[in-house]
Amino acid sequence: MTDLTSLTLAEARKGLASKTFTSLELTDAHLKAMEEARALNAFVMETPDQARAMAREADARIGKGEAGPLAGIPLGIKDLFATKDVRTTACSKILGNFVPTYESTVTSQLWRDGAVMLGKLNNDEFAMGSSNETSCFGPVGNPWRREGSNTTLVPGGSSGGSASAVAALLCMGATATDTGGSIRQPAAFTATVGIKPTYGRCSRWGIVAFASSLDQAGPIARSTRDAAILLRSMAGHDPKDTTSVDIPVPDYEAAIGRSVKGMKIGIPREYRLDGMPAEIEKLWSDGADWLKAAGAELVEVSLPHTKYALPAYYIVAPAEASSNLARYDGVRYGLRVSGKSIGELYENTRAEGFGPEVRRRVMIGTYVLSAGYYDAYYIRAQKVRTLIKRDFEDCFAKGVNAILTPATPSAAFGIGEKGGADPVEMYLNDIFTVTVNMAGLPGIAVPAGKDSQGLPLGLQLIGRPFDEETLFSLGEVIEQAAGRFTPVRWW
Amino acid sequence: MTATSGKLMKGATGDWEVVIGMEIHAQVTSKSKLFSGASTAFGGDPNSHVSLVDVAMPGMLPVINEECVRQAVRTGLGLNAKINLRSVFDRKNYFYPDLPQGYQISQYKDPIVGEGEVTVELDGGKTATIGIERLHLEQDPGKMLHDQSPSLSYIDYNRCGVALMEIVSKPDIRDAEQAKAYVTKLRSILRYLGTCDGDMEKGSLRADVNVSVRKPGGPLGTRCEIKNINSISFIGQAVEAEARRQIEIIEDGGTIEQETRRFDPDKGETRSMRSKEEAHDYRYFPDPDLLPLEFDQAFVDALKAALPELPDQKKARFIADFGLSPYDASVLVAERESAAFYESVLEALSDRGRDGKLAANWVINELFGRLNKEGRDIASSPVSSAQLAAIVALIGEGTISGKIAKDLFEIVWSEGGDPRELVESRGMKQVTDLGAIEKVVDEIIAANPDKVAQAKAKPQLAGWFVGQVMKSSGGKANPQAVNDLLKSKLGI
Repeated sequence: MTDLTSLTLAEARKGLASKTFTSLELTDAHLKAMEEARALNAFVMETPDQARAMAREADARIGKGEAGPLAGIPLGIKDLFATKDVRTTACSKILGNFVPTYESTVTSQLWRDGAVMLGKLNNDEFAMGSSNETSCFGPVGNPWRREGSNTTLVPGGSSGGSASAVAALLCMGATATDTGGSIRQPAAFTATVGIKPTYGRCSRWGIVAFASSLDQAGPIARSTRDAAILLRSMAGHDPKDTTSVDIPVPDYEAAIGRSVKGMKIGIPREYRLDGMPAEIEKLWSDGADWLKAAGAELVEVSLPHTKYALPAYYIVAPAEASSNLARYDGVRYGLRVSGKSIGELYENTRAEGFGPEVRRRVMIGTYVLSAGYYDAYYIRAQKVRTLIKRDFEDCFAKGVNAILTPATPSAAFGIGEKGGADPVEMYLNDIFTVTVNMAGLPGIAVPAGKDSQGLPLGLQLIGRPFDEETLFSLGEVIEQAAGRFTPVRWW
Repeated sequence: MTATSGKLMKGATGDWEVVIGMEIHAQVTSKSKLFSGASTAFGGDPNSHVSLVDVAMPGMLPVINEECVRQAVRTGLGLNAKINLRSVFDRKNYFYPDLPQGYQISQYKDPIVGEGEVTVELDGGKTATIGIERLHLEQDPGKMLHDQSPSLSYIDYNRCGVALMEIVSKPDIRDAEQAKAYVTKLRSILRYLGTCDGDMEKGSLRADVNVSVRKPGGPLGTRCEIKNINSISFIGQAVEAEARRQIEIIEDGGTIEQETRRFDPDKGETRSMRSKEEAHDYRYFPDPDLLPLEFDQAFVDALKAALPELPDQKKARFIADFGLSPYDASVLVAERESAAFYESVLEALSDRGRDGKLAANWVINELFGRLNKEGRDIASSPVSSAQLAAIVALIGEGTISGKIAKDLFEIVWSEGGDPRELVESRGMKQVTDLGAIEKVVDEIIAANPDKVAQAKAKPQLAGWFVGQVMKSSGGKANPQAVNDLLKSKLGI
């Protein structure tokens, strides 16, 4: 039998349906891979007993011909998703050993469709970070290394555990969340496919909140098709999240292989940064060429407010975070560090429970919302946000179907290499991705090539609201042209 | 709109005018909380009406309860206020253990209800119009319990997340009487609408009172806010005490510091809670978990069409249809239950035009008087509306006199029974037989020649004869017939 972990989700689905192997076998193969890959630190909690029980259940259903769309498929779950009876921490000390009594809407839809949970995946603390180095469980290793180097690189973040586990073949797919690029950047760093759907496409209910107006769940997968399969199960209206949108979920997989002939693809001139590495330039033009070859029309477009996106994002996101994280106060659940008064209890608990990056963002957020600064920061940032949104609307109004950009300004970097002295250096990782969250649009990152050191690079496609299908069609064209990239196992 | 001047307060340097604005927190009558499905029932075991949303578990999201929105709109309509078709929920950020989210979801810049006004009844039949600045929806916090342990505080989250309407008045209130009348009227409107039970003891209705003083017509003084007063009479006391305190400070050459104070009803004084410097910076911003609240005019119109008759309308109708005095009409409509009782008395009367006003007198003076005396409420009245209507009708049609009616009322109150049957069986009918009355009149005139002479000289003294005749007839003689006969016999 071939190594079951090397299959794509779509291939595994076929094997399970034809009873070539069982979900239990598939699950065990991944549990074994997880055990062997603990050096990557991708999982913060392994749930083998639950995984096997779910696999047996899936096998029984497949046997009875009642298989759901994800029957028997083993997945990893970002630790930001509340999982009933399974510790959920957002990789923060402040949640301690918090065990939810409830299951997030997105994960419950995956289990409804028959998926198997392997465990909880590492991420930046409260999803704040671009390298998975802020996790209280420590950094995650990227399965990719520079050619001829033993330096462990970051997998990106905040969904670093998800990207690393999918790339290292520890799970067939993973849930992730994206507030400013947290799905797409790690996908690009690990040669996996990650899609952040339109804001409102997936329910946020049961996902630990970072910045409510920007947070959106999505999958990280081994292929564009796999991402399409997973998103269909994850998406959908949820009355418990009033920002989720009540429109039908299409069969995304049907968009794979659909012709992109005649589609207009925008190339935004503002994304051509000064000092952009030549290999990123090359990647971008390769992507454009592939789409052109598939019949799409390339047009230069302008998104004039792009340069304000990152500063505005780092006002809006911390502002919301400072309020969203106020509930972690040591009173009802999670960590409590006592004090002589309630004020001291708050201070001690939060000082001990939050890591430096979270503390920084809570302070920034508190500052920008405070009296006398609110108009200058928060209100202006919201205005910028409106302008960014309008940029995209103008573009789409001219008939553009999707916009092609690099996913990141560079390939993965080493642990501890960035942001030590200046946090902005780390924030710049999100330069191509934050605009999409600010505008609430769907964005997909697909692997498209490698840099001179052999590290994967990704391209990003940005779509019209709720037009994820076009992104899957275009992503598939790039995937077919660029081929698939697999890291050499070192762990 | 100009405020109705109130009672000025005397100081050493002359008169002072008190300026008052109020924020009323009224718990919305609804089955479930503002943003969660948990029950709002009062008095459950601690933490038995709590959802995951109420205690801010990670990843929980608020979902607006439409019934609370309807209740707020209904209340706005009852306050003659502008209904905003688009309003926004904001987060008011501060840390306190009774506030699990670390913020209260409230409405800051764009409330659901805008400006309106309330007419309040004052002593002596006067009225004052108090402007409403706004009404917004927000979450009630939980309750801290400090008396359960010497070293620990406990928290009950049952109340946490229950919808509150914060009703903000303009600073149009000018003295303690107006302040009390305002809350009384507001509570009455809320109860008529069924949007808040108005129970101040249970904390369903609480008042924050802003008080400042100034020389009449002078510039506004610095105000102090007295938080969380939970009875109407305490509101009056707190206003007086706080105004007095401020006047004394100013007259002693001091200045008023803007601050938040608490009223101590035992000592009858207000005490500082926190100064302006200690005030929170609430860092309000729109709640990103909730879309702006939007509805159309048709939604408002439908609620408006289904509103019950409110106290002002009812009062006007009572005055127009039954000739009630404005004072009597106000007394009857002040509580929905009283008005309903009166209306069911009317319902049972065959000649409402004739007896409507008399019925009002009887409800107010005899029934309410008696109920008050015994500390009972209208719901436990031993005299039903049908019984009272029968008594009133018996007077109206001339079967019994008012005096006899009082005796009859007493019998019905303590023994029950059908008033008409009682009048028959106990021989309480009024005597209208002129011959019989004349006989009594003649006897009394004959037996009292001295009084006859006095009455002829001073006709007012004829009243003595009326009394004697009534007495000897056991109160049953028709007073009008007695009067007429006496006048002609005495030649006055």
